[in-house]
This record gives sequence, C-alpha cells and structure tokens, in this order.
Amino acid sequence: MEKSDNLITIAVTGLNAIDSPGPGIAVIRALRDGLAKPLRIIGLSYETLEPGIYMHDVVDKTYQVPYPAAGSDALLRRLQYIHEKENLQLIIPNFDAELHNFIKLGPVLQSMGIATFLPTQEQFDVRDKINLFRFGQQHGLTVPKDKIINSIAELNSCEETLGFPLVVKGKFYDAIVAYTMEQAQKAFYKLSAKWGFPIIVQEFIDGTEINIAVLGDGNGNAVSIIPMRKLYITDKGKAWAGITLEDDKLVKVARDFVNATNWKGGCELEIMRTKKDDLYIMEINPRFPAWIYLTAAAGQNQPAALAKMAIGEAAPVFTGYEVGKIFIRYSWDHITDIKEFHQVSGMGEL
Amino acid sequence: MYLKKNIATSESGFIFNPSSGDSYNVNPVAAEILQQLKLGTALAAIKENILKDYEVEPMRLEQDLEDFMNQLKEANLLEN
Repeated sequence: MEKSDNLITIAVTGLNAIDSPGPGIAVIRALRDGLAKPLRIIGLSYETLEPGIYMHDVVDKTYQVPYPAAGSDALLRRLQYIHEKENLQLIIPNFDAELHNFIKLGPVLQSMGIATFLPTQEQFDVRDKINLFRFGQQHGLTVPKDKIINSIAELNSCEETLGFPLVVKGKFYDAIVAYTMEQAQKAFYKLSAKWGFPIIVQEFIDGTEINIAVLGDGNGNAVSIIPMRKLYITDKGKAWAGITLEDDKLVKVARDFVNATNWKGGCELEIMRTKKDDLYIMEINPRFPAWIYLTAAAGQNQPAALAKMAIGEAAPVFTGYEVGKIFIRYSWDHITDIKEFHQVSGMGEL
Repeated sequence: MYLKKNIATSESGFIFNPSSGDSYNVNPVAAEILQQLKLGTALAAIKENILKDYEVEPMRLEQDLEDFMNQLKEANLLEN
C-alpha cells in the first residue's frame, strides 16, 4: 500500500454487534464521512466474531488486543507491535471497560506519536455510576437516588429507601428493572456474576428516555450536543430507532455537565424526562454511543470533530443541527468464510 | 391560544414537536384549524371560518373545537 503524506491512521475499538452493536462501526462511518483526508482504519478487536473485523470496506486491518483485565502493560505491548506495523496517529476507544487502560497509557502513547482524546482519570471517575449521585448533588444536576452494594444482604434495605420498582445495575453495563425483591435478587446475582462488584441499585424513574451525545474539548466547552429521543427500545433497553430533538433544557444539562467536569472527548448522557418535565441524569457513558452516526447525519459529526482536535486542528464551530433526523437500525448478515475466521483466531489479525 | 412557535405542521395534517420528538396526524379540518392557529387567528374567528366553509351545527363545532384544543393542550403543543 502506498502511503500518502496526508494519510491518517486511526485505531478504533467496539467493532462488536452481539447483543447490540458497539459504537466502533458507527464511529468509523462518521470518520470516513467527515474527515477530508485519506484515512486508514485499524480495528482493535477482543473477540473473533466482531463483525467489523470482516467488513473490509469499513476496516482496513484488524488486530486482536488483550482483554482489559489483562492490564495496561499487556495492552501497551500489543499496541507497540501494532504501531510498528501501522504507524498509528490516533486511537479512539469505545468500551467503558477498556478506558481506564487507555487513559493510563495516554502519556506514553503520546510519546510514541499516538494521540488519544480522552478524559482524565479524575473526570472518568467522577461520573462513574458509583459516584453519580454525589456528583449530581455537588453540581446541581438531578440524579436518581441510589445505593451502592456489595452483598445480597445490603439489597434488602433498598426496599425501604428506594421502594419498588427499582433498577439493579452492573458496574459497567446492564440494568434490570425489578418489581419485587425476588426479581431484584435474581438481577443482583446475574449482574454480579457478569460484571463483578459493586452493584448499583437505583431509584426507578418513569418517563421518556432521551440520550444526549456530547463532545467536550477538555476546557469546559461543549463542542457539540445532540439530544436524541428513543423511538423504539429493545428488550435490552437499547435504542433501535431514534430522532434528534431541539430542546434548550436538554442542551443546558449537557452543557452544565461539560462545564462541571471539563470533559474531554465523547460521552453520552442517559436522561429520563418525567411527565413534570424534570430531567434526571440516569447514567453518563464515557465514550461515544452506538448511535453516534446520527450526529454526523444531523450535521455535527462528533467523531470527525474529535479526530481533528486530537491531531491538533482547531475545534470545529457548529452552529446548528438538523432536528427530526431519524436513525432506524437494521440487521445485516455479513458473509465471510472459515479462512478469514482462522486467520483472526489463529494469528490475531486480519 | 397559540400553537408553540417550534411546532412543525404540514398542510396534510402532520404535526411534529421537535422538543419531545412526538408526532401526530390530524384530519383535514383539524389541519386547517392548525394552519389558522399558526397564523395567530383567534378562536372566535376560526369558528366563524369553519361555519362558513362547512356544514356543521354551531354547538357541535363548539364542542369538537373544545375537544381538539384540549387534545393539543394535553400533547403540550400550545403556548402557556
């Protein structure tokens, strides 16, 4: 392959789709749409059945990387190998569970010539589920009451403080609404087995689910804020269709969050709007959401803007976006064959 | 009573609320009423116009119009 001086090589994680898509493919789609330069996309995968590995018109080459639990040293060794081959200029990680390692490696990656555009560990921690209620109280943001628990015995007292229904949440992912103590206990065991401790038990808030994709510049400014209302919600609570909204209150919540944290990078605010028009922040995801391509479609391409800022260009100035822009997700059976599967599972790259 | 300024409507009777993402479809007569509301026409004048253009008993129109306005209010489409 002939390298042009202008070529930018970006590594992206989150190429998965089971049970619901990771953000990676949407991020890549937005990058390809919005960066007016030759682009080489390197996929970083964890498992052999991540569809992005086999989508050669989307991802140029994929390398498997060690699971986050293997630690930052193992990740660094692998990235050094990949960097030698590919001359990466930027990495965009898209999984909550891996961010800690990438944040920790930020300075050494920078010294290797690889940019990241990520929050600091402190910013990352302050919006963590286990700190969210306290964070909300400190900054005047409405957050549901919660209890952070590490044992089934602690779950029993949640009925008194939070009532039913309540929401049982895993450390990184998954949330189960429980209407009885039996259901709550079942959820506790399921989520702790999958994600470990602590478990977050949160007050149930009834309302309309709205998510907001936000890009912060690290200096307290929100470069882009795009609110989206879920039009169709899967049984896992994921948006399978959504529409962009125009609402000053939603924009203010996002702006207040970025201002309070000096957030750097992409993130997603999960909001519940009650019938009384109160806006509860249910969760803050520290990376782009899977529906992020909608921001590009609406006129504020957040992944492309992040990439530009990461490589030292000025932050784009967005003055508006298209309201009423809809995404409707669909499923596509991508066809590959055993030769490619063998290459990934045996050699760890394709 | 006024329709909120940001509510999008079409002549065919499609309503979109960009704040909530809610959308509705109304029949042709309601669509006409919406267009008049958007122009700021007073309810009394709207009633007069409907009575002029359609065969309807004034009492019936009064009731239907009140119902429709309540629906618009419930849907959070009217200015406070």
